Amino acid sequence: MALYSEKVMDHFRNPRNVGVIEDADGVGEVGNAKCGDIMKMYLKIVDDRIEDVKFETFGCGSAIASSSMATELIKGQPVSEAMKLTNQAVAEALDGLPAYKMHCSVLAEEAIKNALEDYYTKNPDKRKEQ
Amino acid sequence: MKIYADNAATTKMSKAAIEAMLPYLETYYGNPSSLYEEGQKAREAVEKARADMAECIGAEPGEIVFTSGGSESDNQAILSAAAIGKKTGKMHIISDTIEHHAVLHTLKKLEKEGFRVTYLPVNENGIVRTEELESAIREDTCLVTIMYANNEIGTVQPVKEIGEICKKHKILFHTDAVQAVGHIPVDVKADHIDLLSASAHKFHGPKGVGFLYARKGIRLSTLIEGGAQERGKRAGTENVPGIVAAAAALKESCGQMSETGERLKLLRDMLIEGLSEIPHSALNGDPEKRLPSNVSFCFEGIEGESLLLLLDDKGVMASSGSACTSGSLDPSHVLLAIGRVHDVAHGSLRLTLGDDATEDEIRYMTVAVKDVVNYLRGFSPVWRDLVNGKTKFIL
Ligand SMILES: Cc1ncc(COP(=O)(O)O)c(C=O)c1O
Ligand SMILES: [Zn+2]
Repeated sequence: MALYSEKVMDHFRNPRNVGVIEDADGVGEVGNAKCGDIMKMYLKIVDDRIEDVKFETFGCGSAIASSSMATELIKGQPVSEAMKLTNQAVAEALDGLPAYKMHCSVLAEEAIKNALEDYYTKNPDKRKEQ
Repeated sequence: MKIYADNAATTKMSKAAIEAMLPYLETYYGNPSSLYEEGQKAREAVEKARADMAECIGAEPGEIVFTSGGSESDNQAILSAAAIGKKTGKMHIISDTIEHHAVLHTLKKLEKEGFRVTYLPVNENGIVRTEELESAIREDTCLVTIMYANNEIGTVQPVKEIGEICKKHKILFHTDAVQAVGHIPVDVKADHIDLLSASAHKFHGPKGVGFLYARKGIRLSTLIEGGAQERGKRAGTENVPGIVAAAAALKESCGQMSETGERLKLLRDMLIEGLSEIPHSALNGDPEKRLPSNVSFCFEGIEGESLLLLLDDKGVMASSGSACTSGSLDPSHVLLAIGRVHDVAHGSLRLTLGDDATEDEIRYMTVAVKDVVNYLRGFSPVWRDLVNGKTKFIL
């Protein structure tokens, strides 16, 4: 039995949306080096949509795969939809994660929410519209 | 290319070991306690194995008890010494911070029963300071348990000096020699070792077989009650095929030890030199006082599990002390004990060479590790902060 599903391995080996957005509208970073996983998400938001998203991750296989999948799930979505992303959705889209790796999907959810929070902080009027 | 570089985790059984065990599966399958020939042949084989293994570590056959492996031997050795100490009110034990969990968890159990344990720190190379050991000795110290060689960072302890100190102070000395036996010379008499643990699957024998050496006169407590096998020290019908195979493996390993050791040291140092070229990396453990097969590194800015998975894709089987590979939140206690902070300890890699390792394999692994480390650093936010000067490099 393999440690991870084929889906996890695919996103781990070929992570989608890797990199940095220099003029990002929102940036979120979660985790710390003590626990061993750090994720950073960059969002480009145009007309209340996630026009582009990139990530950088320091972490295990499931942390990298979770970041990759989370970016796929929100890319092109309205900001209001991206706000609803859950860690379960990320884990399910990856065909499941081992129980002790679920925290990786939680980090992915939190990283995106942090980036959106950063966007709202920079654009307070957008928050009111919500 | 497919390279098994996790020989500290376990080894492949040798041909000699497999061949040696076959007759005891097929023909002489009798119970060694039975009186007919099928049983008596098995008995003879077990006693021959005992003598052969004793010889490899400079012990007498009567000083060897067969067990299920390293963990059981560690448990029995420490609990026996503790029981001996308790009889005369000596309930203090000295150990160190980089022991295997088979030792550490047994000591924790004893602490709950009222024993006091001093865990000696190790220096930055993972070596116990013998002056510190000597000054930690108290009136009521009953046992010193310090491993021969470390499974993660390969450091070899000054066992002979430790043995001499223990002898001088009349304290029992146990050493977990699971990583040493069959790989580097071990002589229980010259090193003044009272109790020693070994495990066959680390020297090309089968899994689930090991032995405990207990110097003549040391009364062992039993972990398993039942029949009178192993002179009443370990009940249960002997694992005859396993024991015979273990002895064949050890005999072969010991016969080739100096030759294999010299060859591996050259390959090991070649790999260490190659990996040292990776910027912001560091060798874990002592460059000289180390097992011939062990290479252990930390790479800043990356995490160990993803490193292992990508190396596996390239055919290199290795291990790491990162938290994510163990399922716990903390990285290896050994790496933390030699002063690697969490950030750095997560990025650890252990490559332990097989006896048949080649220069080609070393070159291949060097390139593979360099490529994977570079690739992972390429999208690591930790690495970005280091490179941009937002945080300071540690290595
Ligand atoms: C130093 C050390 N002690 C004890 C053990 C446990 O040995 P076994 O797997 O035979 O129980 C190991 C192996 O994992 C080891 O490396
Ligand atoms: Zn993780």
